[in-house]
Amino acid sequence: MIGFRLEGISRRFPANGPGETKAKTVLQDISLTIEPGAFVTVVGPSGVGKTTLLRIIAGLDHGFQGRVAWPEDRRPKIGMVFQEPRLVPWLSIIDNLLLIAAPSARAEALALLDLVELPGSADALPRQLSGGMQRRAALARALLAKPDLLLLDEPLISLDNTRAERLRARLVAFWQAEKPTVVMVTHDFVEAIALSSRVIALAPESGRIALDRAIPLPHPRHLADPAEASLLGELRALAQDWPAPAPSLESDAEERTGNAGLRLLTI
Amino acid sequence: MKLAAALDVPRQRPDWLRLKLPSFIALLVLWQVSAVLIADPVLFPTPWATLETGTRHLMSGDLLFSLAVTLARVIVAFGFAMVIGSAIGIALGRSQPADAIFGGWLSIALNMPALVTIVLCYVWFGLTETAAILAVTINKAPTVAAIMREGARALDRQLLETTQVFGVSRWKVLRHVVLPQLAPSFIASARAGLALTWKIVLVVELLGRPNGIGFQIRTFFNTFDIASILAYSLAFIAIVLAIEAFIMQPIERRTGRWRSA
Repeated sequence: MIGFRLEGISRRFPANGPGETKAKTVLQDISLTIEPGAFVTVVGPSGVGKTTLLRIIAGLDHGFQGRVAWPEDRRPKIGMVFQEPRLVPWLSIIDNLLLIAAPSARAEALALLDLVELPGSADALPRQLSGGMQRRAALARALLAKPDLLLLDEPLISLDNTRAERLRARLVAFWQAEKPTVVMVTHDFVEAIALSSRVIALAPESGRIALDRAIPLPHPRHLADPAEASLLGELRALAQDWPAPAPSLESDAEERTGNAGLRLLTI
Repeated sequence: MKLAAALDVPRQRPDWLRLKLPSFIALLVLWQVSAVLIADPVLFPTPWATLETGTRHLMSGDLLFSLAVTLARVIVAFGFAMVIGSAIGIALGRSQPADAIFGGWLSIALNMPALVTIVLCYVWFGLTETAAILAVTINKAPTVAAIMREGARALDRQLLETTQVFGVSRWKVLRHVVLPQLAPSFIASARAGLALTWKIVLVVELLGRPNGIGFQIRTFFNTFDIASILAYSLAFIAIVLAIEAFIMQPIERRTGRWRSA
């Protein structure tokens, strides 16, 4: 469990290539204190810098302004799920997991593959699995790292409804048991409300924080309950101003929750 | 129609393979016919005469000894060149400043005539085994470095980032992530290198060693013994082709196995 602070984070990408004429600012003056053990979800329209924020926290982006302040100035142990599965193509799934852990973690790795519903895939090569299965293997890898800080970039995207719900419940269980601090990026408001202890929305164009709301509700959460429904309504109202790609992704969330979000969320 | 024919190429491969033997025989026939037309057995011996000469050298033991000596030099110089060239190539491929500073040196080394390196090594270090091996290594290592540099430049950034985030140890990253990606470049440079190395070793031996195929060729040159020159060359070509077929190609297939699994 670890907390940290983002201090005045801004990120500009210089113009490059014939299509881009001006530099693009994705994040602007983002200052946040992430409490130890929080489950923070960042939502926002495409291209607003959500993934860039995760990369900055992970130490993979060096072109930003501002500072990520860690306790005792030490970067914690990080587990990360990237947008792409990023499995080593010539290593079997189990070897991909063990690459980031000790060889003695084998039993644990197999258990995590069961947890993400990939039993019997341990000896397969990544290319023998579908894209969705590879993503779940990447999730198992991130959990195996026993991270102090878990960074998730759309970890449950492109899963069918029931599987997504089961995996959400397991992710919450993992979070409650292992108590890592989690920063997750998603397009899916329902997922954000179902999982997080705090949701942050980034505004289009400005790249500033448009909404920062704690969700002090117990798990499992039900979307029919007034608090959840009201937050979902608030997020959807916010998303009305977002540029084109967002509504289609939001309707994806709608589809998962059924009629007007009234279906019970089993998480 | 053309597309269909193009798609059929893999299935036609066995037919092409069957052409290899007739093609080889055609070369022998061409040699034989040329020899008969030139009609000078000393200047241009027939394949049969060359084979007879080769057998004589084989029986006397001097062919095997020369082959062994030359092969030993090839292996040692090849090993040094692969290790040193790979290290330089990977360093240049992974570090832009290093490439900016030393990339030009590599270009000079690549264009240095082999003969110059050999002569300089012999002048500076004497007609010694060390000078001979050093000369071959200096000739070969830049080629390896250039190929490995390209391979190192093309390393998958995403995988390296991933191992960085998870804090995977340098050794594990090298062993499981970097080296498998460099294997194709390594094999390419090894194959390009093997042929080059033995050619340079022959020159090195010709200029300053008291044994080996190159030395023997100089001796045969002095006595105008063309049949022996051809016999020695062909024997060594056979060995290099055998190394290619029984060592290089199996390794290449092994490293590419995950692609087709």
